Amino acid sequence: MKRSDPRLIVRPAPFLKSAMTTQQAMLDVLYALIPVIGVSLWCFGLGAILVLAATVIGALLTERLFSPASQRIPLRMDVSTLVTGLLLGVTLPPALPLWMAFVGGAAAIGLGKLVWGGLGQNLFNPALVGRAFLMAAFPTAMTTWTPYQGPEGLFTVYSSNLAVPLMNSAFDGVTAATPLALIKFQHETPPLYPLLMGNIPGSLGETSGLLILAGGVYLLLRQVIDWRILMGLLGSVAILSGSLYLLDSAHYPNPLTALLSGGLLFGAVFMATDPVTSPITPKGALFFGVGVGFLVVLIRGFGGYPEGVMYAILLMNAATPLIERITQPRAFGRGGDT
Amino acid sequence: MMFSSNNFFSRIIHGNPTGPDADSDSMRSRLPISGKGTFPHGIHPPAFKAQTYSKNIRRLSFAPEMILPLSQHFGAPSKPVVRQGQEVTRGDLIAEADGFMSVPLHAPATGVIKKIGLMPTARGPKTEAIVLKVHKGANQMVLHESQQDVNNMVPSEIVKAVQNTGMVGLGGASFPTHVKMSVPKGHKIDTVMVNGCECEPYLTTDHRVMLENSLNLFAGIRLTMRAVGAARAVIGIEDNKQDAIETLRAACPDDGSITVEEMKTKYPQGAEKMMLKALLGREVPSGGFPSAVGVSVYNVATLAQLGALLPRGRGLIERVITVTGPGIEKPGNYLVALGTPLGFLLENLGYQGSASHIILGGPMMGVSVSSMDVPITKGVSGILVLTEEEEAAQIPKQVWPCIKCAECVKACPIHLNPSHLGMLAAQRYYQTMQDDFHLNDCFECGCCSYVCPAGIPLVQYFRIAKALNREAAASEKAN
Repeated sequence: MKRSDPRLIVRPAPFLKSAMTTQQAMLDVLYALIPVIGVSLWCFGLGAILVLAATVIGALLTERLFSPASQRIPLRMDVSTLVTGLLLGVTLPPALPLWMAFVGGAAAIGLGKLVWGGLGQNLFNPALVGRAFLMAAFPTAMTTWTPYQGPEGLFTVYSSNLAVPLMNSAFDGVTAATPLALIKFQHETPPLYPLLMGNIPGSLGETSGLLILAGGVYLLLRQVIDWRILMGLLGSVAILSGSLYLLDSAHYPNPLTALLSGGLLFGAVFMATDPVTSPITPKGALFFGVGVGFLVVLIRGFGGYPEGVMYAILLMNAATPLIERITQPRAFGRGGDT
Repeated sequence: MMFSSNNFFSRIIHGNPTGPDADSDSMRSRLPISGKGTFPHGIHPPAFKAQTYSKNIRRLSFAPEMILPLSQHFGAPSKPVVRQGQEVTRGDLIAEADGFMSVPLHAPATGVIKKIGLMPTARGPKTEAIVLKVHKGANQMVLHESQQDVNNMVPSEIVKAVQNTGMVGLGGASFPTHVKMSVPKGHKIDTVMVNGCECEPYLTTDHRVMLENSLNLFAGIRLTMRAVGAARAVIGIEDNKQDAIETLRAACPDDGSITVEEMKTKYPQGAEKMMLKALLGREVPSGGFPSAVGVSVYNVATLAQLGALLPRGRGLIERVITVTGPGIEKPGNYLVALGTPLGFLLENLGYQGSASHIILGGPMMGVSVSSMDVPITKGVSGILVLTEEEEAAQIPKQVWPCIKCAECVKACPIHLNPSHLGMLAAQRYYQTMQDDFHLNDCFECGCCSYVCPAGIPLVQYFRIAKALNREAAASEKAN
């Protein structure tokens, strides 16, 4: 036998590897999003799918054009960018002009991810950066809500969807108030059941609490998202909004309504749990979740906007490095509690 | 080495059991075991032990040439006491210990010293080794030994006798056993902890030794208890080795001084600090040794060998290893003479030359070798032969950027933040890693690399960072 075998490969240990890959984790998020996308088609019609397509194309195109060649992931494997585009898309109103959605997708990837150095380097959730950009640039279009199931049912495409870029694109159809707007400005309490099922006005994917929760349970079981963030967030919103409700039930919604309305569930399951922009430490994750919940109740209850999930998450994103620093795990054999 | 551990023998040694079996349980309760049987974090890799765990230990024939590196242990290399051309008998001393932090080396077979020179090792650079040409027809009886009365030795004499056997930790660390047995001043050892976890996938040597060699194991444990002055010994075994737990429980003495504890199957349960936490609930301070919390830890294979060697005054010249993996035809547990070259061993076990990886040790902490001339040394507990298909399944196809998924944070048994350490390593902040993020507490178990979905070779980053820090510290000292 030959003494040194050129086929022998020398490699550092370990020689075993768990089956979980980043690709698989991203695919899991995609699977969890499918029901949410389905319900947005059902509730708002074809226009919703066009909006999603616009954000996805904007995101993928920006990634292709501006990411450094050395970091570029082949298009068919780039689930991460696809998910960012979709996550942004489902937080947008159904009648949004497609070109704005496209710009939002480009901003999400460009400003939310690439300028930071690419995947894993960004401080803020890219999809929410895209949404915040749109919110600042097109405040009217971003707060124009259409009723559940538009005039042409599944085939509804609003004329504003197809507006020419940079031209006046005022919405000319019937508008509707979201449950949170009703609470904030009319002091009405919307019924709970539609909040679960999704037959209410709102952003494309935030309306059906039930399907979002189903996605959340799937992601929890697959251990893709951290239960500490989810539970910290939902728990603190329940407790804080519950206390406000006890103090003044005329002005503040009951805690269940607070949990199910607006983008809270969607933000809790899909946005706050983004691993890149939330603390990596277990204690930090809990702290982060509680912080987001606190800010949501603060903005909803005392701010000018009816909804505050986006800003709450972005603000806590900014605090993430700090939270991580003060919650570093105690190393083994270094005293104190584990 | 082929001792069976039936009750007949244990009765001879421990006297007839007087009460029913329940008695020993009440005895055990006198020695509180305060751990939870497991530790926080860790991973559950597939075990891959089915191929070999039921196979009896078998002796292999001598290779025509043995290669015996002078540094098979942690500490100063041994000093040769033989010349080129000198005839040696199996069991003869061929290199002596160079100071306290060193062990001697014995001839594994009868033959003639061919040369003393540089030979390849698994770790990389060639090192000084004694090459022994084995006589044709040399038999495996040990010819050189000197009986000694271990029962009347005082602790310091036991320690000296242990050093003379050349014994090191057979679990893989190769730390000289007698150094562990000499208790540092000011420390008091109350417990000898015996490690039968064998948490590395694929390996089954400790399992077989516990089943087939329990008599020697108990003899070794008793000697060790006397050497360190401990009143009790605890054998910890993972719950995937029920037969070993039963066998050893049945052989435990009735006075409750030695007990067997079942532990959760989890990697790295067999790391001494993890095991100590799991079994006794004690946490070894960072940078310290188990003696700091009153415990002395040994591998089962080490103590079983010691129990066999010490009364006869023999040296360590052979050990049990597991040879396994998809690239080998006759997987099993083999008693192999130290110094046997890998090539000879694998040829004898039906190796077809189809491997892309040959690994000394387990798949989590072992080293892959580039040459068939690498010999079996004291610290080698197994040989793993992986084929190309196996490798393709285990190698990350693409390395992604870290997305801080926290899998490594949840896996690290030392509770470090491997993700952050990895990012610091990529930016070459090696000193920061050491000063602020406890790099040197990492014992390179490989959990972080195993779980990383991005396929980042985290533990390799840490090995490099540590090596560079050591170099930097050394050059600073020199200036």
